[in-house]
Amino acid sequence: MGLETLFIFLVLTSLVLLGSSLLHSSIRVVALQGAALSFLPFLVMESSWAGRAVFLAALTMGLKGIVFPILLNRSLREANLRREMEPLVGYSLSLALGIALLILAFWLAGRLHGIGVGISTLSLASAFFMMFIGLFLIIARRKALTQVLGFLVLENGIYAFGLTVVGHIHWLVELGVLLDVFVAVFIMGIAIDHISREFDHINVDQLDQLKG
Amino acid sequence: MNAIPWINMIVALVLAPLLPGVINRTKARIAGRDGAPLLQLYFDLWKLLRKGAVYSRTTTWVFRAGPLIGLAAVLGALLLTPFGKSGAVLAFDGDLVLFAYWLGLMRFVTVLAALDTGSSFEGMGASREVFFSALAEPAFLLGLLGLARATDAISLSTILPAVTAATWLAMGPALALIAAAWLVILLAENARIPVDDPNTHLELTMIHEVMVLDHGGPDLGLILYGAALKLWVMGALLVSLLTPVRYGVAWQDALVFLGGMLILAVGIGLIEGAMARLRLARVPQLLMGALALVALALMLIMK
Repeated sequence: MGLETLFIFLVLTSLVLLGSSLLHSSIRVVALQGAALSFLPFLVMESSWAGRAVFLAALTMGLKGIVFPILLNRSLREANLRREMEPLVGYSLSLALGIALLILAFWLAGRLHGIGVGISTLSLASAFFMMFIGLFLIIARRKALTQVLGFLVLENGIYAFGLTVVGHIHWLVELGVLLDVFVAVFIMGIAIDHISREFDHINVDQLDQLKG
Repeated sequence: MNAIPWINMIVALVLAPLLPGVINRTKARIAGRDGAPLLQLYFDLWKLLRKGAVYSRTTTWVFRAGPLIGLAAVLGALLLTPFGKSGAVLAFDGDLVLFAYWLGLMRFVTVLAALDTGSSFEGMGASREVFFSALAEPAFLLGLLGLARATDAISLSTILPAVTAATWLAMGPALALIAAAWLVILLAENARIPVDDPNTHLELTMIHEVMVLDHGGPDLGLILYGAALKLWVMGALLVSLLTPVRYGVAWQDALVFLGGMLILAVGIGLIEGAMARLRLARVPQLLMGALALVALALMLIMK
């Protein structure tokens, strides 16, 4: 029951991202999603792994729930930006596509149902859904910051997928992934700063006009 | 022949105009006003029914038939609406589709009557109404489909009484998603605040109100009464979904249901007091959000 509620929450937060245009509230939603995701180790790991689950949960919560929002909010302030103007795909259409992606995710999860014992369709489907939404945000939004958010949602999906399907990966691998994500967000934050300082905006679709 | 559904229906017919009164009273109290009397809509209806009607020369019989057919359609929907956990007057397999189409017919004749006036202003309202309901209706029907699947029944009078505490325990999240989406649809379809403001007569924002501007006297009375009944039937579905208790004794079930309707009306009043109307461009997004909730619920039920 708790697991089901958690996955529904993850799907709902991803849907909210599709419809929200305010960047700082999008950051808050992604932070919430990351914080919710940090409870996942307690729910899927066996009790013998309790110490590791606490460690992993604390690390996820610290990074995704606290550090990333602070970093992103700082870039947002530096770039002096409040909302995503003129997205490539409108918000209502994004939500409609989100529904299609939801159905695709559940269909895919249904097809993959036989890969493990005790893996619910819902957990697979919501992991796929988060990956799809992350990729979609990267494609359909103009601002570099929203693309970072998309990357984070994509990574959340992969994290959820890994935890539910594999269950116990070696902790070094998990730490390595978290470190990668941390460095990526850090570097993208710096890149956003530089882009906005140089061009007065962070619209990535105009990057192809750069001339050497 | 069982008399209880008929008594319930008469209670619904009598009490329906009370709902807008409760909503407006709650809203007024939040704003620190005393507000109109609870029975205001009854007074309005009584006043309007005694008046004469004025018809524009550009209108035809379509304009005059609109309010009558609209009221008849919503009465047809009321015949199919379960009274909380006890069945409706009419119940047969698949009546939920007929229910949705009674409401659709009501909207259709209202739109036709609005177009018949030849006023571009009313045409604009009609266009918005049709656009928004095109998004709201699939969400409503998919919600019904999900409930039908969850309870293995395809009649409103068997689906809703079958939603008990056990059903909520088994698939609570899915039912909660459907209920949330239905609340959004209820607000949208009944021209309540996040979508439409029932009080303003400002051309930029109006949806439902603008379509009935040309109606007067008894026609307006019929429309107002029809709107109250529509709020009642859609509210009744939501309240029956949300009350997990079923005593099996008619008067106890009726009391629980009426209490639920009262809470719903106060809740709508609170929402209206706390929220501002959304920008028109945001409304499709809200309705798509409702559709997404229902789609997720459906996936959870069908998986």
